[in-house]
Amino acid sequence: MGTINTALTEAVYYILLSLMEPLHGYGIMQNVEELSGGRLHLAAGTLYGAISTMQEKGWITALDGAADSRKKEYVITDIGREVLRAEYARLKELVENGRAVLEKEETGV
Amino acid sequence: MRQVIRKWFWAWEFDKEEQWLNDMAAQGKALVSARYCTYEFEDSAPGEYAVRLEMLEHAPDSSQGQQYIAFVEETGAEYIGKVMKWVYFRKKTADGPFELHGDNATRIKHLGGIIRLLKPLMALNVGVGVYNLCIGIGLNSVVNVLCACMSAAVAWLLYKGVVKLNEKKQRLEKEAQLFE
Repeated sequence: MGTINTALTEAVYYILLSLMEPLHGYGIMQNVEELSGGRLHLAAGTLYGAISTMQEKGWITALDGAADSRKKEYVITDIGREVLRAEYARLKELVENGRAVLEKEETGV
Repeated sequence: MRQVIRKWFWAWEFDKEEQWLNDMAAQGKALVSARYCTYEFEDSAPGEYAVRLEMLEHAPDSSQGQQYIAFVEETGAEYIGKVMKWVYFRKKTADGPFELHGDNATRIKHLGGIIRLLKPLMALNVGVGVYNLCIGIGLNSVVNVLCACMSAAVAWLLYKGVVKLNEKKQRLEKEAQLFE
């Protein structure tokens, strides 16, 4: 299984979050932009590369679309959910540790 | 009105080429076709389009290349054309920002691909140059010596290009240690 012990890129994290519901490429771009409050705009090449790699790792899968449809839809897999949860836990740890140190410095305690 | 401009850019000058195409778009000249050293523009509203180009890993006509082009088009961009492995896209600026490589990892990969293409060409020119030099000296042939000089000049240009791209790639690699 493709479990990880390194940080995901911001793009991959947001793509996985977006694919809790099936979406096609442009839908992912729009959803990521919305989730990040307009801060993150995925570049097409970056998104394409990330989708290919995540498919290879089994984190996401392409759905069988209509035969006449050129737009492929993707959705997160169980492995992908596990990777996403692991990353969420890592990010929480980062924030909690940051808060502990920085708030201590601010309050001088 | 359509306008054709012939202009030459080296492969390592793709940033400069892209900038020029976007400067043209900013002046109301939108790219409609790109061929060897030949660019065709049509009148548009100034700044209506943003243009991007990139060298693909696979040939644009291969199934992988076609898949990639279709994917980029799906995101609202328009495929303009190809020159060897280079593809050109444009997208209306009103439809949001248009980037093909938004992070250091894909930029580094893209530069690595161009360097991998230029290095064998450089080696080939060195080989042809040495071969012609040997023949030229052996047979006292001025034509071969001239060919050797031309190959050496091309190899030198390619070397300068590879060095430039490598420097850029290394800068991005350093940055990637800190930022995505």
